[in-house]
Amino acid sequence: MTDTLTPVLSADWGTDRAWTRETYESTGGYDALKKALTMTPDDVITLVKDSGLRGRGGAGFPTGMKWSFIPQGDGKPHYLVVNADESEPGTCKDIPLMMASPHTLVEGVIISAYAIRAEKAFIYVRGEVLHVVRRLRAAVREAYEAGYLGKNVLGSGVDVDLVIHAGAGAYICGEETALLDSLEGRRGQPRLRPPFPAVEGLYACPTVINNVESIASVPSIVNGGIEWFGSMGTEKSKGYTLYSLSGHVKRPGQYEAPLGITLRQLLELGGGMRDGAELKFWTPGGSSTPILTAEHLDVPLDYEGVGAAGSMLGTKALQVFDQTTSVVRAVLRWTEFYKHESCGKCTPCREGTWWLVQALQRLDAGQGQEGDLELLVDLCENVLGRSFCALGDGATSPITSGIQHFREEFEAGMHTPSSELFPPMASTLFVTESVGGAS
Amino acid sequence: MSDVTLSEKTVAELHELAGRYPQARSALLPMLHLVQAEAGHVTNEGIEVCADILGLTAAEVSGVATFYTMYKRRPMGKHHVGVCTNTLCAVMGGDLIFERLKDHLDVGNDETTDDGAVTLEHLECNAACDFAPVMMVNWEFFDNQTPESAVELVDKLRAGDTVQATRGATITSWREAERVLAGFEDGLVDEGPTAAGASLAGLEIAHEKGWSAPPLDGTAGGTKTSAATDDKMAAVEEADTSRAETETEIEQSPADTAKEGNDD
Repeated sequence: MTDTLTPVLSADWGTDRAWTRETYESTGGYDALKKALTMTPDDVITLVKDSGLRGRGGAGFPTGMKWSFIPQGDGKPHYLVVNADESEPGTCKDIPLMMASPHTLVEGVIISAYAIRAEKAFIYVRGEVLHVVRRLRAAVREAYEAGYLGKNVLGSGVDVDLVIHAGAGAYICGEETALLDSLEGRRGQPRLRPPFPAVEGLYACPTVINNVESIASVPSIVNGGIEWFGSMGTEKSKGYTLYSLSGHVKRPGQYEAPLGITLRQLLELGGGMRDGAELKFWTPGGSSTPILTAEHLDVPLDYEGVGAAGSMLGTKALQVFDQTTSVVRAVLRWTEFYKHESCGKCTPCREGTWWLVQALQRLDAGQGQEGDLELLVDLCENVLGRSFCALGDGATSPITSGIQHFREEFEAGMHTPSSELFPPMASTLFVTESVGGAS
Repeated sequence: MSDVTLSEKTVAELHELAGRYPQARSALLPMLHLVQAEAGHVTNEGIEVCADILGLTAAEVSGVATFYTMYKRRPMGKHHVGVCTNTLCAVMGGDLIFERLKDHLDVGNDETTDDGAVTLEHLECNAACDFAPVMMVNWEFFDNQTPESAVELVDKLRAGDTVQATRGATITSWREAERVLAGFEDGLVDEGPTAAGASLAGLEIAHEKGWSAPPLDGTAGGTKTSAATDDKMAAVEEADTSRAETETEIEQSPADTAKEGNDD
């Protein structure tokens, strides 16, 4: 039985100057790279495949299997692209990881590039996080200086170059094919698949795109082995992961635990909800994952458990809202986000999110019209599954799950503004009276 | 609009950025960041120069520049002040902070104060939800804000006082920040903490309770665990999204035999 919390990626976040190579090396940093270079690239792929590591960016696809899709001996350059465009509302794990311990990611990149035989790798980091970009650039510079990057890495004959590439503000670029277009200097719009990135990705060459946390987990797997990794987590969701707790809770933050912990456990660790608060609704993995309620407190937070509860583990971004929060207001704001971030390429998403906002604005203002709920559900059915990427699908999640769990609040929008039913001041952190006594 | 002429040094740096990538066009986003750093916004001249270097039309560059929200086509204030008003921050107080700042600064969204010190903008999620409500100054984190702390912050910025991010460095200016984003270090990497506050919540609890990950067994490449999935279709069933599902079609996909070509 493992401990309730198992810090691996976050283990050195309390260490002074953990972002420097010197500090990283003092705790065994880059040992995994040295070990990996003694293995064949195929053995590294097999190791990661057999570890059961699944993508930590939302989809949960087995990382090693993604790597094994890269055709070998094809004569084309291969590319590794790290998706560090963390922008899914609620998601806030990769940013502190890269700020605190950028070398963990850089080491993971070098090992992963070696495995898929890529000589060029990119970290596509969202532009709106200046200090993270600084830490990444410095880590890459230090890695070149130490011979971990560049020509003939540590005398192995392997070449790996790594470029830190800052985005420019577009949620859609977290979608892997939009990210590739953006990295090619274009508007970030998703591509039709097939061809898949593993066959024709960056510059139409075989490309692996992995989330920051997935790649940063690789050095620990090389060091610890598959038994060690599999000793944490559940049968089909192996290992440890970062859970990000936010909202009306006593102690929001990053909690690194074996996959399968429950929200009840996480809340208990952090002292529960804020004073006087009761859990009303929460997202298990960002705003694109259908909302859950207090009846789901004991759902194991692994890929299977959350899926069985009708949602998705996603990015493990647990946004927790208490009884002061209007579901209609929350859902409207998320929908406005999707409308703003829709890239405009596919009609159902571009037009659908616009119409969804119109109906939700009416309901939020207490001016809903007869048939608005049916209209919302119908629009969602017409958006879902009808676009190149999952942005439009994600836009429907809060709405359909919101109506499913809190239909009466949407119906109240026919006559009463959400701000009357749920005064926004009571939801803020700087409300003066205890929330239990408010309203 | 009278655009400032880009210096020879800047043009040389734009060329340098283009040289960092296997295909020069990949440098367009960093190049536009550099144009903003030098010219204060994406100027017409900046677009022409980028187009010229990359062998694109001005329309193609313009199409990219207008797609991304960090690129500004109008002159900016010295500091960019952002308030997250995505759902969680909004609910926790971000909406009130944004209203207070609009009032205090007498500007609307995406507008600049009369003294040219601050451009105010509401932001989408900036990946610091455990520090809600969150503000950003020149894309540096200001965590756990209140309307009062927000007013104090912008007043300091307008007065030219020294301000340091909660988790980050001393605030410079929006243009200097853009230069770092473009790809040039500014020597401030060692300022600020490794991590702070909410980032450390779980780690601190683990320390208190004496919890840790199991010790490393050091037998990489050991025996295969029974549940590791080898079968692609089983992997699909386990994966969360239909997007992942389509990945398995690669092997029988006609794309296998497709020749190179741009798909746009």
